[in-house]
Amino acid sequence: AALSRGLRSQVSAALKEGRVAPTELCQRCLALIKSTKFLNAYITVAEETALKQAEESEERYKRGQPLGILDGIPIAIKDNFNTAGIETTCASNMLKGYISPYNATVVQKLLDQGAVLLGKTNLDEFAMGSGSTDGVFGPVRNPWSYSKQYKEKSVPKSHPEDEESNWVITGGSSGGSAAAVASFTCFAALGSDTGGSTRNPAAHCGVVGLKPTYGLISRHGLIPLVNSMDVPGILTRCVDDAAVLLGSLAGHDPKDSTTIQDDFKPFELLNLTDVSKLSIGIPKEYHAPGLSSEILALWSKAADLFKNAGAKVVEVSLPHTPYSIVCYHVLCTAEVASNMARFDGLEYGHRSDMKDSTESLYAATRREGFNDVVRGRILSGNYFLLKQNYEKYFVKAQKVRRLIANDFVKVFRSGVDILLTPTTLRDAAPYTEFIQEDNRTRSAQDDILTQAANMAGLPAISVPTALSERGLPVGLQFIGRSFQEKQLLTVAKWFEKQVQFPVIQLEEVKRHDSDVFQHQKSASFS
Amino acid sequence: VLNRRCVEAAVMTGLALNCSINKKSLFDRKHYFYADLPAGYQITQQRVPIAVNGSLSYSLCIDNKMSQMVTKTVRIKQIQLEQDSGKSLHDDTRSQTLVDLNRAGVGLMEVVMEPDMCCGEEAAAAVRELQLILQTLGSSQAVMAEGQLRVDANVSVHHPGEPYGVRTEVKNINSIRFLAKAIDYEIQRQIEELENGGTILNETRAFDSKLGCTVPMRDKEGKQDYRFMPEPNLPPLILYDAKSLPANMNHQQVINIDWIHERLPDLPSVKRKKLVEQYGILPEHSFTLLNEDGLAEFFESVVKQTQMKPKKVIGWILKDLLSYLKQHSLTVKESPVSSFVLADLLNLLEKKEISSTAAKQVLAELWKGEGKTPLEIVKEQKLELLQDQKELEQICQAVIDGHENEVIMMVLG
Repeated sequence: AALSRGLRSQVSAALKEGRVAPTELCQRCLALIKSTKFLNAYITVAEETALKQAEESEERYKRGQPLGILDGIPIAIKDNFNTAGIETTCASNMLKGYISPYNATVVQKLLDQGAVLLGKTNLDEFAMGSGSTDGVFGPVRNPWSYSKQYKEKSVPKSHPEDEESNWVITGGSSGGSAAAVASFTCFAALGSDTGGSTRNPAAHCGVVGLKPTYGLISRHGLIPLVNSMDVPGILTRCVDDAAVLLGSLAGHDPKDSTTIQDDFKPFELLNLTDVSKLSIGIPKEYHAPGLSSEILALWSKAADLFKNAGAKVVEVSLPHTPYSIVCYHVLCTAEVASNMARFDGLEYGHRSDMKDSTESLYAATRREGFNDVVRGRILSGNYFLLKQNYEKYFVKAQKVRRLIANDFVKVFRSGVDILLTPTTLRDAAPYTEFIQEDNRTRSAQDDILTQAANMAGLPAISVPTALSERGLPVGLQFIGRSFQEKQLLTVAKWFEKQVQFPVIQLEEVKRHDSDVFQHQKSASFS
Repeated sequence: VLNRRCVEAAVMTGLALNCSINKKSLFDRKHYFYADLPAGYQITQQRVPIAVNGSLSYSLCIDNKMSQMVTKTVRIKQIQLEQDSGKSLHDDTRSQTLVDLNRAGVGLMEVVMEPDMCCGEEAAAAVRELQLILQTLGSSQAVMAEGQLRVDANVSVHHPGEPYGVRTEVKNINSIRFLAKAIDYEIQRQIEELENGGTILNETRAFDSKLGCTVPMRDKEGKQDYRFMPEPNLPPLILYDAKSLPANMNHQQVINIDWIHERLPDLPSVKRKKLVEQYGILPEHSFTLLNEDGLAEFFESVVKQTQMKPKKVIGWILKDLLSYLKQHSLTVKESPVSSFVLADLLNLLEKKEISSTAAKQVLAELWKGEGKTPLEIVKEQKLELLQDQKELEQICQAVIDGHENEVIMMVLG
């Protein structure tokens, strides 16, 4: 419907013209959050502060002085970003009750532009996982589990309990953010992406998930998982909105020495009409084992879409792709082991009652504070960092990482502009099925298509493409050249327009004021 | 985030110590768990430090005589930038440890010397010279008692011609004097241990200043694997020189080694040389002048204000003034006698208005700091030298007349 069209005639315009007030918008979102509580997308809802921010925004609009396009727009933040005065838990016992004294740079930027911070969203503990199922606050449910589209396709169950347990996962680790955006409780959300944690849930929840180039957006205040791969991720309902968020967040941060110095110029996405000058690469290694025939077919169809529109579509090779998962695990766990060392219970967070000695305090605190997944990665990482293992694993993995990155360089140098790949191997699995395998296995399976972009630091975006046979969203991924987000998003926008992904039909949302429903249903706020 | 001033200080120090400055140096994480290390790791430069292969020249007096000085050199292995940890205060009575994190994360510069020194005296002299250099450069105020300069001594013994023995690390040394003591004690302890058939453990020991000995430290047991890993949040540190500096670089963003080199102040060794050349004083005098904070400036100030030759002034500075300061534990800045006043006194002496004995008396009086000028004191105590020949003869005659017996004894021989 009106998903890809109507850029300026949506929420922002409505706010500006006074057709809807920021406080009204905020209240409706808060109400929707309450009625979709069963999704478990939010860990903390900052009702008071959000309403206050909405009031202040309203004042500004009354004076005719909005701070910008984001003024008054409700946004959700993944709970691994520091937010001053609002609990930041990383879905872990280690940080339950932790209130940060400062805002992450990206959070501050949003607040400075008048955005309304609705709350902190749920995730896998410390962003480790691909299902958003392993946090201490429980798993996040994919809103599509309750959509008309999914229910229609499900085999009718004899018992209502069975129907209840049929819900599917959001993917992870930014599942809460994806679910929040997909269920219309906010207009955009921040996630993080280390191995696909923004793109994976975006694909499963039918929203746009953007992973920017490493070094473009500041990581200051993002509780680190893998410093050399983490980036803040952007989740929105359409590509235009992702571009707006990107524009408000990108740029050098003196507090983050890994951000580039160059000035970033926010851009407006133009409507691409002629794709004949475009060269789309199809990496053959992404026809990975386990890729569902459905997604394979969609991928093929997408390639054809470009071809038929006049673009050059070529098969390319990224030969080191099969090694990337293992390489990723070595480097990821090593950095995790290092980054988690700061959680000793002394300065902040959970502290055990064990008093026998400092060592026993550390051990007990960390055992109590971290779940198995986190502890497993710490142990692996420390193993790889031991003096006798360092060369064999860590250094080797760094070398392989370079090879993987070079694969992309070679392909882009050969004239390819954008790569087109699937985002996930299949549509969202039912929770009961997903938890049959452990986190490590699942991550290894699910990260396969997304983490090479993290290894190479490249920008990538997942765009909702079509519904699967089960009535669940499937997304396809575009990977671009470093710092060429403009080109990447332009192509993504064109694709989005072509595929016309359906709007989710949720009972809960329908029950609400149809006015607001209109505003929220319209994907874009820009 | 890297502190620019720390990098500049490290480059200055590296240049002053004749090091090669690495145009590209790297940062690493050194992991271990300790209460005063909040991140669980320390950022340091294990792989490629900022400066390497330098040397430090220092002087020693042989046999405690200031007149015979020898110059020695100790090689500088490297200078690295790293983070400080917090401070742990052990409260044994309440079985608890208090942790002060205020200084955690502050930049440190570690200077690593090669084992080229043979005894406490050499180490003390080397560290003293390093201290002076650091203070001159402004890299650090380097006061050991304040923890601005921390020294750990690595000590080992071996028979001549044989390879170096197992070393121990001695920590908790709070002054240069204690440094010499700790090292000499440890050398002695190791020799005795080995001569009694024992072995030296590669351990960390603490210096107990009250007992004057080293004791094993209980905290650091066994060899730790620090699991070094490159620091992912700090890109490699790139330094430039005039040749390699790109044309359109923003000067705020870069450090130019040559620029820093041009602006290095005179190092102590250079200053001493200049003092010797300019004022004709002895080399050992220049050492004492620089060793005492502010003394060289005081000396030069007096020289400017008096006709007395510097070679003579130096005696008053080093013998009289300095001994008074030492007796009363005062710094040059706290001296009740200013350079102006001393110059005044020396002028009286130079003009032969008073004798040197009288001058010493006046100085003693000036030291009381009652604000009297030298001339006033001279008049008060009637210390003027008599210039009138006749008057002198009369006085002498009077003395002789008054002591007839002694005179007869003298004449008889």
